Amino acid sequence: MIQPATGTALKSRGNWGVLALWLLPLLFLGLFFFAPLISVFKLAGEAAVTAAPQANLLDRITRPLGFTFYQAALSTLATLALGLPAAYIFGRYTFPGKSLLRVLTTLPFILPTVVVAAAFNALIGPRGWINLGLMNLFNLTAPPLQMLNSLPAILIAHVFYNTTIVIRVVGSAWSQLDPRMEQASRVLGATPLKTLREVTLPLLRPAILAAGLLVFMFDFTSFGVILLLGGPQFATLEVEIYIQALHMLNLPLAGLLSAVQLLCTLGFTIAYSRASLHLNVPLAPRLQGEGMRRIRTWREKLLVGVTIILLAVLLVLPLAALGARSVVRLEADRGERGGVQTGLTLDYYRELFVNRRQSLFYVPPIEAARNSLVYAGTTVLFSLTLGFLASSALARRARINRVLDPLLMLPLGTSAVTLGLGFIVVFSRPPFDPGSFPLLIPLAHSLVALPFVVRTLLPALRSIPISLRQAAGVLGASPLRTWWEVDLPIITRAAMVSAVFAFTISLGEFGATSFLARPEYPTLPVAIYRFIGQPGALNYGQALAMSTLLMLVCGLGILLIERMRLPGLREDW
Amino acid sequence: MALSVREIHKMYEGKPLLRGVSFEVPDGETVCLLGPSGSGKSTLLRIITGLEAAESGQVLWDGADLAGVPVHQRHFGLMFQDYALFPHRKVAENVAFGLRMQNLPAPEINQRVNEALERVNMAGFANRRVTDLSGGEQQRVALARALAPRPLLLMLDEPLGALDRALREQLGQFLRELLHETQIPAIYVTHDQEEAFAIADRLVLLNEGRVEQDGAPDQVYNRPVSVWAARFLGLTNVLPGTVVKRHPLQVKTALGVFRPVEVEPTEPVGSEVSLLFRPTAARVGSENGGENSLTGIVEDTTFRGESYRVTLRCVDHSVFQFYLPDPLPVHSKVTLVLEPNEMVCLK
Repeated sequence: MIQPATGTALKSRGNWGVLALWLLPLLFLGLFFFAPLISVFKLAGEAAVTAAPQANLLDRITRPLGFTFYQAALSTLATLALGLPAAYIFGRYTFPGKSLLRVLTTLPFILPTVVVAAAFNALIGPRGWINLGLMNLFNLTAPPLQMLNSLPAILIAHVFYNTTIVIRVVGSAWSQLDPRMEQASRVLGATPLKTLREVTLPLLRPAILAAGLLVFMFDFTSFGVILLLGGPQFATLEVEIYIQALHMLNLPLAGLLSAVQLLCTLGFTIAYSRASLHLNVPLAPRLQGEGMRRIRTWREKLLVGVTIILLAVLLVLPLAALGARSVVRLEADRGERGGVQTGLTLDYYRELFVNRRQSLFYVPPIEAARNSLVYAGTTVLFSLTLGFLASSALARRARINRVLDPLLMLPLGTSAVTLGLGFIVVFSRPPFDPGSFPLLIPLAHSLVALPFVVRTLLPALRSIPISLRQAAGVLGASPLRTWWEVDLPIITRAAMVSAVFAFTISLGEFGATSFLARPEYPTLPVAIYRFIGQPGALNYGQALAMSTLLMLVCGLGILLIERMRLPGLREDW
Repeated sequence: MALSVREIHKMYEGKPLLRGVSFEVPDGETVCLLGPSGSGKSTLLRIITGLEAAESGQVLWDGADLAGVPVHQRHFGLMFQDYALFPHRKVAENVAFGLRMQNLPAPEINQRVNEALERVNMAGFANRRVTDLSGGEQQRVALARALAPRPLLLMLDEPLGALDRALREQLGQFLRELLHETQIPAIYVTHDQEEAFAIADRLVLLNEGRVEQDGAPDQVYNRPVSVWAARFLGLTNVLPGTVVKRHPLQVKTALGVFRPVEVEPTEPVGSEVSLLFRPTAARVGSENGGENSLTGIVEDTTFRGESYRVTLRCVDHSVFQFYLPDPLPVHSKVTLVLEPNEMVCLK
């Protein structure tokens, strides 16, 4: 919240400095975010004019749109159903293993969609543990469970992904909620249930609303999960844009769909920022951890136990299945006949380094990994530089920030597929050509990473009391020197956290990359997508091996982030 | 007998917080729980309301054990230290909350909300947001909210703690009148002895989880049972000694012999005791030494409006403070004679 008195006092001398800080981030956003978006809109406008007479045009938009809303709403409800009890136990109880579970719940947050899809594939797919197990048990020749390419598969993956958001946002609000509110209600004669309905839930409403909107937005723009787990018959807007642009080469329709998508996400973004405005209003002053209690009654034990087990099963089982499946041979390689030697194997990992087919277009996974690392490094460089500038600007009080802050967050709500499409449309004209697309990949990744970087750096910057800077100034430090001596040491940890964020985001980004990666320069997620779709145990095994490696790298990232997190600071999503 | 609390024991983070607390709140009386912060006063309140469970002991209402009665069925009122007003509800809605929980008809709720707000002089504030109120206004709304359901017992946890001095006196006065008028039995928790003296029918002095003393305010002040009680009540002139004679009482100390007025039961001859001198006990004497007198160097003289506070350092380096009508020059050597009935012999 901006306090008007100090805001106006500082505004007069701060505006130009703030604008200077904004210069580079705005230029970046203009060139690589707004220009592509505008060209998508232009494309959509032209398509709307020329293709309007087509009778089925409306149908071709409303069908994916309707399904997108439908699956997003269902996913959000399912996520809240698990996330709210989990948020409650995180916000109100201390129990053994809580910090481990907390780390676990952050894992999906940073796990690439392709990895999650591969994990669920390894668990419930036709070649996954459950189906192979059943086939073995009952001597079946075909996988008995058709779980993949179904709506439940999509929903489960979305719940896997987004429960964390509910736990973070609502759980944090719950732990901030003054326990005396509930106690006052109880003393005034309200039953526990009435207290929940009359006091707790109304006080948490902004947090629940914000979390729900965020989850809905992520489900709405979900791409990798639906493409890999849903299959072609479950086309959301995202998948339809991808199919129309890359498979049907119908760019106008893709543009039109993107425009519809953008309008929707814009609406959600505005609604979300409205909702999250109330998030930061402190409910009451309270002591740290005052509302936490231990588990005592059997009812509490049941609730906490069931929630923990559900969470653990949901979060651990697919990942464990993925890791295990990548080191076990259970079926024949392509072309192999007769008895298959099953058992533990590291073949799938060994094969990652081999160009077995000697084909020009076949890229061994190790090269995909190298490409991914180069892109990720570049992304860290870009997004941290831009993120520093933008969050330094945001940390100051200036009226212009109120306009520019949501602008900066826009890429978060914009689908990566739309972004990829926009890049293709803008940069396929001279002096650019399709060959230069891979160079755009780190730029697209930086766009995706930037909001995360800013949201990590900003609280750290804001946590530095102005008096520290003033003290340094009075002691004779120039503004630059003050930044070097005061700000930098404090924000170094936040900078490292955001670097890990940016790195892992880039490693796992799939939506935009699937548009921009040339066949000869795939990234790891693109390679996984290619391999997992192909027949043969070796391809499948290699896809899972790559996914496992990606998962491990991301897990390492999470550990680093948890280690470096500043105590007492929370990112304000 | 309305409320009685028996032998409450409670651990907090592995340490005993309450170690067998017992006291009673008779009908229509205001009992002050007085003790330093950390003495377990608030916890005791929360145990009485049922918000927390004691490890052992009983809370009885009219002789019936409340152990199985959940918080919301006890019909007690609690005013929280920082009020705990519901920020998402307006003033009137906050006051109406307890009435709604009793499923009263809407017209009656309205009427009683208005009554309660009028009683605390907040009638015009019904539709205001509680977050817009000042500290004193919030305090009165919290009081109205606690009173509106007509609780069997009202508990107030440091109700004036968050207010500034002028407001404290004004609202303290108001609370006293209100509690007297409504005749609701009340437990008033505070760490401020002046506040406690002003409001209490009875004082329960808590020290390290035990009841140190329990009695009427003047009785507690005049006859503190221990050095700790005396010091906590602001009586700091304490001198150790030995009983040498009874009937009349005679106590020998490092600073001479004193003959306090004897109050039964007295300690046997030979027992170690402490002598307490009230700050108003002294007048300047002419004689040098002798019984019932202190001789020393004036260390400080402070003007306090109605009197001068003189700090006296005696030969054994013990320090005493007395209120005298006239100033004494600093560094001068003086002898102060003490009134026998302003001396108390403590265990």
